[in-house]
Amino acid sequence: MSTTVVEAAELEKSYLVDKSTVASWLLTTDHKRIAILYLGSITFFFFIGGIAAAAVRLNLLVPEGLIPSAETYNRLFTTHGVIMVWFFLVPAVPVSLGNFVVPLMLGARDLAFPKLNLISWYLFIIGGIIELYALFIGGVDTGWTFYPPMSTSFNQSHVVLAVIGVFVSGFSSIATGLNFIVTIHRLRAPGMTWYKMPIFLWSLYSTSVILVLATPVLAITLLLLGFERIFRIGVFDPAIGGDPILFQHMFWFYSHPAVYIMILPGFGVISEIIPVFCRRRLFGYKFVAWCSVSIAVISFFVWGHHMFVSGQSLYASVVFSLLSYAVAVPSAIKVFNWIGTMHKGFIRFDAPMLYALGFVGLFTIGGLTGLFVAALAADVHLTQTYFVVAHFHYVMVGGMVTAFFGGLHYWWPKITGRMYPEMWGRAAALIIFIGFNVTFAPQFLLGYLGMPRRYHSYPPDFQVLNVLSSAGATILAAGYLLPLGYLTWSLFRGERAPANPWGATGLEWQTPSPPPAKNFATTPVVTEPPYTFPPPELVQNRV
Amino acid sequence: MRLWLPAASSMSHEVDYLLIALTLIAGAVLALVFGLMLLFVFKYRAGSKVDRGALAKKTWRLESAWTAATLLVFFALFIWGANLYLRLSQPPADALTVYIVAKQWMWKAEHVGGQREINAVHVPVGRPVQLVMTSEDVIHDFAVPAFRVKHDVLPGRYDVLWFRADRPGTYDLFCTRFCGTDHAHMTGKIVVMEGPQYQQWLEQNGTSGTLVADGKVLFMRYGCNGCHGGHGTVRAPSLNGVYGSPVPLSDGTTVIADDRYLRDSILMPRSQVVASFAPVMPSFAGQISEEDLIKLIAYIKSLAPENHS
Repeated sequence: MSTTVVEAAELEKSYLVDKSTVASWLLTTDHKRIAILYLGSITFFFFIGGIAAAAVRLNLLVPEGLIPSAETYNRLFTTHGVIMVWFFLVPAVPVSLGNFVVPLMLGARDLAFPKLNLISWYLFIIGGIIELYALFIGGVDTGWTFYPPMSTSFNQSHVVLAVIGVFVSGFSSIATGLNFIVTIHRLRAPGMTWYKMPIFLWSLYSTSVILVLATPVLAITLLLLGFERIFRIGVFDPAIGGDPILFQHMFWFYSHPAVYIMILPGFGVISEIIPVFCRRRLFGYKFVAWCSVSIAVISFFVWGHHMFVSGQSLYASVVFSLLSYAVAVPSAIKVFNWIGTMHKGFIRFDAPMLYALGFVGLFTIGGLTGLFVAALAADVHLTQTYFVVAHFHYVMVGGMVTAFFGGLHYWWPKITGRMYPEMWGRAAALIIFIGFNVTFAPQFLLGYLGMPRRYHSYPPDFQVLNVLSSAGATILAAGYLLPLGYLTWSLFRGERAPANPWGATGLEWQTPSPPPAKNFATTPVVTEPPYTFPPPELVQNRV
Repeated sequence: MRLWLPAASSMSHEVDYLLIALTLIAGAVLALVFGLMLLFVFKYRAGSKVDRGALAKKTWRLESAWTAATLLVFFALFIWGANLYLRLSQPPADALTVYIVAKQWMWKAEHVGGQREINAVHVPVGRPVQLVMTSEDVIHDFAVPAFRVKHDVLPGRYDVLWFRADRPGTYDLFCTRFCGTDHAHMTGKIVVMEGPQYQQWLEQNGTSGTLVADGKVLFMRYGCNGCHGGHGTVRAPSLNGVYGSPVPLSDGTTVIADDRYLRDSILMPRSQVVASFAPVMPSFAGQISEEDLIKLIAYIKSLAPENHS
């Protein structure tokens, strides 16, 4: 990359100040501004879901439950699940960080369909408002899984509204997925072959394929659920001729791949951060790239592992167990490759790297406990207990949310043009890591001891571990509130960020921070593969 | 505070061995990952002057080595878990049957001798017990952590779970499928008793009739005997000795007449019509309660094979 490109671009105004009316934000088709809109929206939903989680942990401090009404408790954990899954975890990385950096990484001026991108945000907001309205007028108490016949024939809460909210936001997922697929196919800069793409793009490409293929199945499932509830058309309720297992098959056909919608972008973020802060090429680039693709493919064939005790055929269970082990292989390979990248590196401990290290540790625990629940006989004992709750929180929160925070700190200078305060960033990463483990590690033991999930009250034997978990949640909450404070502060008082504060190699660092509205003054040309470290100034440090 | 879980069934220890193996493997991998990470982070920190040696190397050897190792370990775990699961899923032929009817938010148990109980199941020690379970409303789940068993209880069908309790005592029963407002109160006790005490309990809780005797009355009341009794004008298959035997169907297939088949034949008679019979039986769906169904089926199961003399 020639430096003249950068200088030319600096003459343009940054996307943040290009136009400043409210309409210029709400009607923008600039992927960077839409990313900011999304970032604000998902942060809002993260805290709504977080408040519900805090209430859940508060309730479980005492065996009889601190919240007097079991129904209120049930609505709270349902709110937590629905909001966190569909309005934070599924969109989080793709729509915020992805939206911002995908065109920049590709050397493009925008996504392939800028208007579709804006429409996807509006769909997300409409879905979100419907969901919030459903919560505001009383909420839902089915659990985020909406299992019939309870959700269709035995429930007085606002199931239909909640389902419509998820249904609408699903179209936003599809639009984003489609946009990324076309963009990555069509808008790569000259010279950027598939194997010259950063892993983040491979991850988002794989994610997008799942988004486009799986989300319609969720839409159909939720539609049928609504029909059964409103018009009494027997699809799932056996009392009117339906089959409740059919719902579970359809629901998990979406919701298991959805787990990979949530975690694959996290893998991508980590694969960007580790090479930069180790000053090493990503170990096994092609393996990591193809692992993302193979996870996306295999993830469609493992849904039955949610149903080992549901009454599906024994032999189906056996096949799903085998395939579940198969899908774990590429994830394991990725972990080994990240560690391989650290080998003989020049490792720096800026906040993004601390988050990345935390991610590798927590995701590995999440993945390894996945082996427990993939083993059929072990799953019979552990499923539907707190073991499973701990397992998927290690993957979704320990993994995905940590990766999101890592990515947010990593690209923060690029997005805002300001540096976050480094010491605060490191402190928050450490507090989140500690708080997370104190919250969720005791739940593995609780689950083995048999404590069922979704219980408003529980036998007194389980209290000590529950109190420990709730104490951890307090630390975790503090860890999540810190970035909200210091990142907001840095928007106004943070040090001005240079174009490339980390000495990274991606194209997004070859344009000023924050980037001009059109990203690049001249279209960059790619000649090198990604992660071509170490740069010359570091080589002379070597003995 | 309790930090251990009693192992009270024939399968508990086997499941625990699998869990221990999983814990050891997970612990070893975790130690490797954290160990290497900490080592590299310390040894190759940016300020350290340690010799980094040559740069890029071919990675495929390492990649295939750890892929192969991962595959091998995973496959062994799969076989272990699946084998145990299949045994866990097939009740022995001599198992004692107890019927479970779940509803929001209670467990009803009916014993063959007519004994009924709520939120408790008394079983003898050392003898396989199979639970034939159904629900009157939503999906529930019958879970006994001390036995390491768990199975969903669905409306509209029978699901079977079995165990052999090896230690007398009282163990927790939980509903583990979220089933509505009072889900957390849908709990109960499994009481495992020595043979003599169990017999005593059965006698003390005996009612007027056994399930079979009650079922016989219902068989008359619902008019089943009109066609299946062998004297009516309508030709219907004889039910003598039907339980457990293969039944040829009109579509050419054959099913084994188990609890689920008998239930489906009463509620959905046209779904599996016996070969060479006309599909004339009316459905009894919505007319017979789950508890009466259990008695009817118990009676049909008791009918001895016909004498072809």
